[in-house]
Amino acid sequence: MALSTDLVVIGAGPGGYPAAFHAADHGMDVTLVNEESAPGGVCLHRGCIPSKALLHVAKLLHEAQDAEQWGVTFAKPKIDLDKLRDFKNGVISGLTGGIGQLCKARGVKLVQARGEFIDSNTLRLKKPDGSADELKFKHAIVATGSTPVMPPFFDLGDDRVMDSTGALALADVPKKLLVVGGGYIGLEMGSVYSALGSEVTVVEMLAGLLPGADRDLVRPLATRLKEHFKAIHLKTKVASLKATSGGIVAELEGEDVESPQTFDRVLISIGRRPNSRGCGLENTAAQIDDKGFIKIDKNQRTADPNILAIGDVAGEPMLAHKATREAKVAVETLLGQPAEFDNIAIPAVVFTDPELAWCGLTESEAKAAGRNVTVVRFPWAASGRAQAISRTEGLTKLIIDPETERVLGVGIVGAGAGEMIAEGVIAVETAAVARDLADSIHAHPTLSETIMEAAEGFYGQATHSFRPKK
Amino acid sequence: MAREFLVPAIDEGVESVDLASLTVAVGDVVEAGAVVAEVETDKAAADIEIGFGGTVTKIHAAPGDSIKVGSVLLTLEESAAAETTPAAAAPAAPAEVAPAPAPAASAAPDSEVPVAKPVAVAAPARTAAVVAAPSSAESDDGTPAPAGPATRRLARQLGVDLHGVSGSAAGGRITQEDVKFYVKSVMERGGASGGGGGYTPPPLPDFSKWGETERVPMNKIGRSAAANLSMCWNVIPHVTQHDLVDITELEAARRRVAEIAKKTGAPKVTMTAIAMKAAAICLKEFPKFNSALDPQTNELVYRKYFHIGCAVDTPNGLLVPVIRDCDQKSISEIAAALTDVAGRARDGGVKLSEMQGSCFTITNLGGIGGTAFTPIVNYPEVGILGMSRGRTELKIVDGEIDERLMLPLSLSYDHRVVNGADAARFIVRLGQLLSEYFQLAVES
Repeated sequence: MALSTDLVVIGAGPGGYPAAFHAADHGMDVTLVNEESAPGGVCLHRGCIPSKALLHVAKLLHEAQDAEQWGVTFAKPKIDLDKLRDFKNGVISGLTGGIGQLCKARGVKLVQARGEFIDSNTLRLKKPDGSADELKFKHAIVATGSTPVMPPFFDLGDDRVMDSTGALALADVPKKLLVVGGGYIGLEMGSVYSALGSEVTVVEMLAGLLPGADRDLVRPLATRLKEHFKAIHLKTKVASLKATSGGIVAELEGEDVESPQTFDRVLISIGRRPNSRGCGLENTAAQIDDKGFIKIDKNQRTADPNILAIGDVAGEPMLAHKATREAKVAVETLLGQPAEFDNIAIPAVVFTDPELAWCGLTESEAKAAGRNVTVVRFPWAASGRAQAISRTEGLTKLIIDPETERVLGVGIVGAGAGEMIAEGVIAVETAAVARDLADSIHAHPTLSETIMEAAEGFYGQATHSFRPKK
Repeated sequence: MAREFLVPAIDEGVESVDLASLTVAVGDVVEAGAVVAEVETDKAAADIEIGFGGTVTKIHAAPGDSIKVGSVLLTLEESAAAETTPAAAAPAAPAEVAPAPAPAASAAPDSEVPVAKPVAVAAPARTAAVVAAPSSAESDDGTPAPAGPATRRLARQLGVDLHGVSGSAAGGRITQEDVKFYVKSVMERGGASGGGGGYTPPPLPDFSKWGETERVPMNKIGRSAAANLSMCWNVIPHVTQHDLVDITELEAARRRVAEIAKKTGAPKVTMTAIAMKAAAICLKEFPKFNSALDPQTNELVYRKYFHIGCAVDTPNGLLVPVIRDCDQKSISEIAAALTDVAGRARDGGVKLSEMQGSCFTITNLGGIGGTAFTPIVNYPEVGILGMSRGRTELKIVDGEIDERLMLPLSLSYDHRVVNGADAARFIVRLGQLLSEYFQLAVES
């Protein structure tokens, strides 16, 4: 039987399903092909969402601890891991079920299969039961996502060495956890396990945590993580991992690092790679670059006129919200609308405690490019709300073009920074100038006032922070 | 160590090139000798090879940019310390430590400029005027135009290059109103003087609704010819003057000469070669046709030399080789030069310099047919002569009906430089030289 569709979307993650919905909403006949039984992709099943459910619990545990200083003492928390896992899984199934319903409501055909291109108009659908169909399409959007990198010499075939998927499965709470890689995934999962009671050790090859973020934003986070984690070893490599009955023995190479050390579990979080192989793209005219990303233009088109690509498989940064925006661009391109992925600000958020978020130009990027910018900082110690919640370690900074006063970048570290960055995104994306932020009324007392006051600082003085004149 | 890769010299006299595409991205590791970009000059496309290896840390130009020879194209780090994004967290494992790419040319002095190889030759000559690539919202230094997403979308829809629009809001921010005002003012100006007026056509509809289609990319010659022709068409207010010239005697004489040439092995004299000679004489008599209008200074630049381009149809597209000093060459010498260069143009063996410097162009479609056409003036020239197929007509000569061979001529000219009366005088004089061919012999 020859199946056919106007548009096939391969992968039902935060790129794929919005693409399918947007296309269906514009009257296209859409088939959404997903390898797993439930839609949602890594984001919903093994990424953004479950990690945030767990981080929410971690934050609660920390706050309960901190409450002692405010005169409220709780009993030591009792953690029912099965129930916690159920809570997390409940969140996932609620959301993925919702996507399934939205597919039905919009008339999107959701097919559980692995999609492989036979040519530029045909997709082989490999069903879980081993059978296969062929689907003829006019256009395809590839949204196959990415997979955690697991180098072969770490892959001991022992489930005590985990990637982020294994860590989110929450099999147990290891007494000692080694996190390899000081990027956002390692720090978020390290925070979860640390709150649940693990002794967490982080090793990072580079000189600092969270490469890409400005150092002044990382500092308050690093300080707090050092209190919660057993150790953070920078400029340190894992030379080898060995599975023994007593645990995973890790040989560590770095300054002042005790080695070898034994851990109950090891989390490998050194990055992700795009899922561009094994889906038959070689049978089409689409091209893949040497990092494995599908090459696309500003309209998400690949070198094959029938095929577009979005999300992690189509390039850095590998972030769900970038995929969702690209989904809109891809569909609007097919509809002949004047769409283009020309976004200036793609927010990056690290959901640790404190949270770290930035968008647009960073100070280090400006420095590296030799670009003349003015950086204004507003320390949260001067914020009434930060004082009231006892989280004064935060910092809000703006990167501003001194000539046009345009806001080029925004960086925030502190409680709730991930929500606050939305204002920064709007400012950068809409080419707001510092005066726009300074003269807009921000609700009092909120942490969002720190953005307004940082902007005031550009023109001289912020109300709650005085810089002596030089 | 950071090291800058400069745009190499492509060919003599080429000061800037258009960046067609980049084959590297930030973070890529390149080796010495690798092709990092494709550029286009007026007529040639060339691959740019890098003379040393390293990790690309910064790209200083985007495809579509016009870049100066000797300006910085890439910055490379000669060790492998490329920045990682938060999504690709730093590898902590030993095997992930990629060895620094061998800086293959580290001994070479920084001033050494690698030489690019021209790979194709393209399209008629043009100057620095470049048709805007309106959908790109980024300027040369990568700064996005100061406009919000809704404004940028409107600009794409209307085909406006936001870098040509001045913003009315704080910090030069461009509003939707600014874009609409810009479009209105361009339309009121007629869009003629701005070199494309900042317009791009709206996106194509989905043709598959009406039937089967196939997409074939244009080759480089085609793409750069298209851009150049759009520019010429937009910049130059064209008028085309037609005439019919009696070449009965000339053609008979030409045939006789050709017969003799066949025996002696002398070059075959073609009607194009004769027309080039006649045009050179006319250019001398009507110097405005040999001038160029400087748009910066509003001066006419009169050329004291008489180089004439001749359009040649090649399998790869249209090429315009130039015959130098047609005023000093005999018709036979012009014919010989033309036979040589046209042959090489068809085989792809024409040098870039051989297609530069023309004052006037002749395009002869007579071999194919047609009664008349309106050729497009090849900026910064101000005139182009089109020749169609000669046809026999009945004409009254000395009271007798006679059969005459008439050659249709179409002279397009830049009306800013040449007025209609002068154009008519030019074509009449040209006609005289062709119909009274002895005059041609006397004048040359």
